[in-house]
Amino acid sequence: MAETAQYRVATATRTSRAGLFVLLAGVVFLATTPLWGGRAEMRLVVEFCYFLALAQMWNLLAGYAGLVSVGQQAFVGLGGYALFVFSIWLGVHPLLALPLAAVAAALFAIPTALIVFRLRGAYFAIGTWVTAEVYRLSFAQVSDLGGGSGMSLPIGVIKAVAGSRSERELVVFAIGVAVAVASTGIVYWLLRSRYGLGLTAIRDSEAASESLGVNNFRTKLYVYVLAASITGFIGALIYLQKFRIAPDAAFSLIDWTAYVIFIVVIGGIGRIEGPIVGTIVFFILREFLADLGSWYLMILGLVAVVVMLRAPQGIWGLLAARFDLHFFPVQRRLYRRDGSPP
Amino acid sequence: MPQIELHNARKSFGSLVVTDDFSMHLDEGEALGVIGPNGAGKTTLFNLITGGLAPDSGRIVFDGADITALPAHERCRRGIGRSYQIPHPFIGMTVFENLLVGAAFGTGKPESQCYGPCAEILEKTGLIGKANTLAGSLSLLERKRLELARALASDPKVLLLDEIAGGLTEEECLALVDTIRDIRAGGVSIVWIEHIVHALLSVVDRLIVINFGVKIDDGDPHTVMNSTQVQEIYMGISAE
Ligand SMILES: Nc1ncnc2c1ncn2[C@@H]1O[C@H](COP(=O)(O)OP(=O)(O)O)[C@@H](O)[C@H]1O
Ligand SMILES: [Mg+2]
Repeated sequence: MAETAQYRVATATRTSRAGLFVLLAGVVFLATTPLWGGRAEMRLVVEFCYFLALAQMWNLLAGYAGLVSVGQQAFVGLGGYALFVFSIWLGVHPLLALPLAAVAAALFAIPTALIVFRLRGAYFAIGTWVTAEVYRLSFAQVSDLGGGSGMSLPIGVIKAVAGSRSERELVVFAIGVAVAVASTGIVYWLLRSRYGLGLTAIRDSEAASESLGVNNFRTKLYVYVLAASITGFIGALIYLQKFRIAPDAAFSLIDWTAYVIFIVVIGGIGRIEGPIVGTIVFFILREFLADLGSWYLMILGLVAVVVMLRAPQGIWGLLAARFDLHFFPVQRRLYRRDGSPP
Repeated sequence: MPQIELHNARKSFGSLVVTDDFSMHLDEGEALGVIGPNGAGKTTLFNLITGGLAPDSGRIVFDGADITALPAHERCRRGIGRSYQIPHPFIGMTVFENLLVGAAFGTGKPESQCYGPCAEILEKTGLIGKANTLAGSLSLLERKRLELARALASDPKVLLLDEIAGGLTEEECLALVDTIRDIRAGGVSIVWIEHIVHALLSVVDRLIVINFGVKIDDGDPHTVMNSTQVQEIYMGISAE
């Protein structure tokens, strides 16, 4: 086609190349924590990483596929319990139990999706929350998993991760950083692929995407299962760090979904940079406000409401618009061969 | 050979019957016009053909195959393209990306093979200057043009156009008629719902009239326009 010769398509922009350096610097900073920080800093970075990864997954669901789930704690809990079941009951090496937890979460996500996908809008949100509650109550019934009071990882399983405490912490730390980078990378890769076109189209108009050939149901199902599976992996990692699991904490709406929604909303929903900015802001607020007890939650809520009213596109949305920033360029731009706009 | 057939299609919303025992056909390569007062059920007819709505009863056939139970995205992939009367742009995507969605998913081609055809359609529909603009910042008329361009990108065999000439100046309207004639010359059949009757008559081979969900006339455009029944309804339209 003659026109193919006349035009070219690019996604990168000037700021995206600069952004790449900022991101790389960030990753290097986090990954070298063991060199500049102690045990506490490493724990904090792991926590930062899994919140970032959870936020990337929730953003993929809500910001792109239009699936506003308030039940992602279901998959954190399932992943956490899968770690215990695989490593204690089935004698699987705990590090192998992490990917198996991802598979288990995916397997649970399929029937869950078939139920909640029948619901629309607010009913979908409520449905996801109810399903998560059902999982929580079910696990509380299993006395072999400690029932409502939960259980701890036996010392044998813990030692299987690595011989010494510092080695174990290093392993969990490395996996944590890898999960954060991988979740961000997967979302970026997904959005740059044709799937990204379909997903973004679904976000903007389900009627139009379907009538242009996008299989809305299947696209959403894949995204839901993918997010559940990675969330399950994160859940297993969280409880490999904590050693101790109980249903109320593992399926906690506040810890694994409310905070995550806060992160995505203030950072900027529907943008890959949003969860990164949001997680940074969340950790800063938490560092300064955690001593305030329940005031802390109220302040978080207040910040979220102000951002939603004043800057619904989030902090990153504001910055991106003002300075034309695209750290993760996913927009396909058409240029003439000579580089000028069409 | 008929490309689209509707056999006794019926659709109601609650007690309101919007499509009543409706049968029609469209031949391959044909351009068919559809007129009727507001609320007559014209857009609903398109929704039944594209799969946006399922009929309560009756059958819909495309290229000889029964597609009544086929989801909308499958119908698009088989070659049924549509534009919406009320535009549904993907507001967070650029105009070019809006077309890419139709091209990549409607034709099943790899994305990189869609760039050329999409750029060509943008040129043909006069949107090339807006290629990298977010669709959410387009004016209503540009959004309507995007509806047409995006449907074309899915490489349809049949194009269903829902009132795309409303609000155009005389000059723009003539340009649109030219574009539609071009599309048709490329082998695409057309069904066009339009209130701007002179534009419609300059394109279509046949005209269907719908009133209260019932097909009340179907035939040569000028004969249909001159029938007393249509004259009565048509006076109703122009009086609005
Ligand atoms: N989803 C819907 N739910 C309820 N009523 C509808 C719906 N869609 C259309 N209608 C009604 O069906 C009738 C026909 O609508 P429509 O097909 O859009 O008419 P037209 O395109 O001819 O103006 C109108 O009375 C409209 O209000
Ligand atoms: Mg209509």
